[in-house]
Amino acid sequence: MVKLMIDERPITVPNGTTILDAATKAGIHIPTLCYLKDINEIGACRVCMVEVEGHQRLFTACNNVVEDGMVVWTHSKRAREARKKNVELILTEHHTNCAICARNNNCSLQDVASDLNINDLPFQKKIDYRFRDRKSNFPLIHDFSKCIKCMRCVQICDKVQASHIWDVVSLGYDITVDTLNTLSLEESKCALCGQCITHCPVNALHERDDTQRMLDALDDPEITTVVQIAPSVRAAWGEEFGLDPEFASVKRLAQAMHQVGFDYIFDTNFSADLTIMEEASEFLEKVKNPEEATFPMFTSCCPGWVRYCKAHYPQFVDQLSTSKSPQQMFGAVAKSYLAETLGVDPDKIFSVSIMPCIAKKHECALPNMNDAEHGQDVDLALTTREVVRLIRGTHIDPRSLEERELDQPLGIGSGAGVIFGATGGVMEAALRTAYYMVNGKNPNPDAFRDVRGMQGWKESTFELGGAELHVAVANGLANAGRLLDALDSGEVHYDFVEIMACPGGCSGGGGQPIHDGTEKAEDRADVLYRLDRHDQLRFSHENPAIIACYEDYLTEPLSPRAEKLLHTDHHAWLMPGEN
Amino acid sequence: MSRLTMVTESTAQKTVEGLYKDIERRIAASQPGICPVNLSIAFLHICRSQSCGKCVPCRVGLVRLEELVQKVLDGKADEQVLDTIETTAQGIYDSADCAIGIEAARMVLKGLRGFRDDYIAHIETGRCSLNQVKSVPCVELCPAHVDIPGYIGLIREGRYDDAVELIRKDNPLPAVCGMICEHPCEARCRRTLVDDAINIRGLKLYAVMHESSIPAPKCEAPTGKKVAIIGGGPGGLSAAYYLAKMGHDVTIYEQRKHLGGMLRYGIPNYRLPKDVLDREIDGILKAGIHVKKEVRVGEDIDVNSLRNSCDAMYICIGAHVGRAIGIEGEDAKGVVLAVDLLRGIGDGEIPDYTGKDVVVVGGGNVAMDAARSAIRMHAKSVKIVYRRRQNDMTALDEEIEGAIGDGCEILELNAPERIEKDEDGNLKALIVRPQIVGEVRMGRPSPRDAESFEQAIPCDILIEAIGQGIDYTVFSEEAGVQVHRGTIDAFDWGGVKDLDGIFAGGDCVTGPATVIRAIAAGKVAAANIDEYLGFDHEITSDVEIPEVILDDMEACGRVNMKMRDPRERVQDFDIMEICMSDEEARQESSRCLRCDHFGYGVFKGGREEKW
Repeated sequence: MVKLMIDERPITVPNGTTILDAATKAGIHIPTLCYLKDINEIGACRVCMVEVEGHQRLFTACNNVVEDGMVVWTHSKRAREARKKNVELILTEHHTNCAICARNNNCSLQDVASDLNINDLPFQKKIDYRFRDRKSNFPLIHDFSKCIKCMRCVQICDKVQASHIWDVVSLGYDITVDTLNTLSLEESKCALCGQCITHCPVNALHERDDTQRMLDALDDPEITTVVQIAPSVRAAWGEEFGLDPEFASVKRLAQAMHQVGFDYIFDTNFSADLTIMEEASEFLEKVKNPEEATFPMFTSCCPGWVRYCKAHYPQFVDQLSTSKSPQQMFGAVAKSYLAETLGVDPDKIFSVSIMPCIAKKHECALPNMNDAEHGQDVDLALTTREVVRLIRGTHIDPRSLEERELDQPLGIGSGAGVIFGATGGVMEAALRTAYYMVNGKNPNPDAFRDVRGMQGWKESTFELGGAELHVAVANGLANAGRLLDALDSGEVHYDFVEIMACPGGCSGGGGQPIHDGTEKAEDRADVLYRLDRHDQLRFSHENPAIIACYEDYLTEPLSPRAEKLLHTDHHAWLMPGEN
Repeated sequence: MSRLTMVTESTAQKTVEGLYKDIERRIAASQPGICPVNLSIAFLHICRSQSCGKCVPCRVGLVRLEELVQKVLDGKADEQVLDTIETTAQGIYDSADCAIGIEAARMVLKGLRGFRDDYIAHIETGRCSLNQVKSVPCVELCPAHVDIPGYIGLIREGRYDDAVELIRKDNPLPAVCGMICEHPCEARCRRTLVDDAINIRGLKLYAVMHESSIPAPKCEAPTGKKVAIIGGGPGGLSAAYYLAKMGHDVTIYEQRKHLGGMLRYGIPNYRLPKDVLDREIDGILKAGIHVKKEVRVGEDIDVNSLRNSCDAMYICIGAHVGRAIGIEGEDAKGVVLAVDLLRGIGDGEIPDYTGKDVVVVGGGNVAMDAARSAIRMHAKSVKIVYRRRQNDMTALDEEIEGAIGDGCEILELNAPERIEKDEDGNLKALIVRPQIVGEVRMGRPSPRDAESFEQAIPCDILIEAIGQGIDYTVFSEEAGVQVHRGTIDAFDWGGVKDLDGIFAGGDCVTGPATVIRAIAAGKVAAANIDEYLGFDHEITSDVEIPEVILDDMEACGRVNMKMRDPRERVQDFDIMEICMSDEEARQESSRCLRCDHFGYGVFKGGREEKW
């Protein structure tokens, strides 16, 4: 243990503790900007400078450790002035058009600058406006004029997502963060996980805002607008309004969407159940005919993971489940079965999804995602953040929202569908139904709970039809990469693997609300598991809407119609560098 | 009014003189990987401040040049701008009045030719093509990329065993390198910005000298793959060590009585004692390496059958063939090649030069080794004859100074012309032709005959140390190894062109170089042989690196190595360098700026934990 004084407060902390952590423990706040615990502790912004008695210079608190007898002053004149100077310098390179910035009021630079009472800059600003020349439709947008070179995106992309898209390019004063090996994001192997966005302290990285396209559709009287709400959105949308997750229910979001102007509000949980029906059947089919199958089979509902697999591990693409993601199953069903049921011209349906995800924007626009043959099956994917902005833009007071039932027939989902939003959830949901399909009776719904939890790479063994079933679940692409390497080298063998690109799964998705410095995936997953626990319906195959959909339209899982609408060919489109 | 005044320095002038020194150190400590276009503009800015302003091309032209280069950096230029830069620089070069303008323009022209690609990359992509900051200069410049800040941090904590263990992750010959490494790591040490480079080699030696014992290397499970290593020098030993750690079955084939190569047969005992070398080699062999000594590949064993009996082969035969000068009278008795002399000494055959006048021809480290050995063999006089100037010698400064300290005399600017012998064929004298230093070619001033007469340097022994060649015949003729300009043609990853499973590295590929480059080549070969054999073994170290200790970097002199008194040291072949004291090592290790933690290293490139 080390004893020291911070701002006259004596404190004892273990060896190796950083000055920042020691100060936090003592209840002293040292401002930071580039710092991201365990991921980016590089002391680049020099905002967390503190004075250590006996030294001529200041030190960063975030990445220097305490020493015995140290006397630290976090807000001495020198520390204060150096900190302020550095924030002023950062501001000279940052386009401070806060009023029209998507991160207004959710920006760490804004907070630090405002806390330090900076109200004038004694410097000329020099801003890099390069992105303005870029005409790109890519869902991930890099705004050089906002970038403060904190390097968090580089670190997240390297350490957590093992994608190595962002890097430092050029040298010295001219350095910037950009794609290293290609000249544009479109040409890169970016999985579109969006983790760089949710870990950006400012608005240098953000999603393409598609709300205007949606509003145009809502304003068109000829068009029937249909919206689906992804499982994990219900655990997060209320955060930015300061709402308790129990209050910010999916039914209140449905009411908000109704007030925004949607004609029908449905639940992606329905199509999550549909995915389970198809994917579990597909898996059991493989188990029945092992000689024709290569194991493991991988889930494919996460488009970030599919992009990553195609770009980095093409040898596994044939092992991806052909079952579409819930978003796309919903889209295909909406413009076929639903149109028929409602008696609406499918060409007049504008199908929108609310997703915790950036990759979904890319997925819905894939050239082969039109199996209902009435344009794109899903016309537009909005992130949770865009929907929050939409609610704000419609001047809805979320606190006064009443609950509104979701519309029928695609508004019913099971607890198995809702846990799709958390890591391990797809696996657990699939196993519940696979067990039923093999044994003709339901398991205990919590029988497969071993696959839950925030651990990056989980594995478990269950018994299914007398045989041992080895499953694994990975979340975060670096964990996925480690798992795939181990599979490749023969160190591990699995039958069924779930992979989610984002740490924690969709609950930690790149399209979710941003809380700088806080990882919310676990809290949101708890909400989803609570919803599952309290749901009367905990098995996809028991969902009456699913039963009706098969009875009335699809006949049975893997039927020709199901194959056409609900399955996809992962080779039908290419990632950059893929051939 | 006084007619004359003495020049006195104002405070401003004195300060500027100090700043010049700071900038000199700053340039000396430029880390590798700086954007050359960016540097050009900085240099131009300095040049411009040096202009007196009298003449148009220098006063105006340099400013316009700077603006044009800035345009390139800002991504606002097209290739037309490059032409304008070139014609403007050429105009300044052609028409400036004095060297201030002329040389500034020449630097720009040099850059345009030397890194035109980077100028174009800036124009086309808006980025520097170099792209990667090299965060830790010492690690970057060490060919084997030893974790220098890591082991210096460990030395500071008194964890010598861990320090040496960490070095062994990248270099299995820490004692050898502690004594004789040319320490390229020190060349751009960032501490130079403050005062002077860290004495890295000295600290390494200190750690090695305080290591309790060499631990047996931990090896991976046997792979059943056989690797033959031809040559037991530093490169062969390094490759063998890492390959054995990876679990491969390694055999070294060595033509001489003992392992060590040039470490034993080239470097005299007073620089690298044999007991230190033997101990180090024994430590390496603990990895379970088979050794076949006094086996000459090509004679005792057929190269192709050797190749067929193993899964991969590494050729690291060094450069052991001494080159003769090629002058008249070289067949005289008393003329020897330095490599032959040193090889004999390595095997304990030490001639007695008592009363003899010795001449050594050459200016490299081998020449110094031969000359200083001759002194220790009791020569009456030792003269080192060199064609160029003393400061053009390729030997390390400390070796040249050491030789002078030992009592050798340097006769610079003397080209050997012929050798005079008596009727019995005994050497009488070396005839030299005095030289005058002349124009600079390829960056080095070259000598030419001076308007003077030949001179005779009487001597009994003449040692020729003008270079070494490589005996690759058996490999080129029998195994089909390609040769390029007297060296084996191998890729930078160690593979030999068109020959599957044959790798080569070290002096036999690069020509005579340094021990650390041979070690690095062995490491590179080990990694790529492992991959060639279908494995992906990782060499790691579990030594935990100490946290940095906060410090203000106050300027503090560098601890230099001390030598035994010249009068005493020339009497024997014992080690002449004196290891740092505990106090010195403590101070020197605390000077390290820990670039692995401060600066870019904490973000990227600070530590390669495995390879």
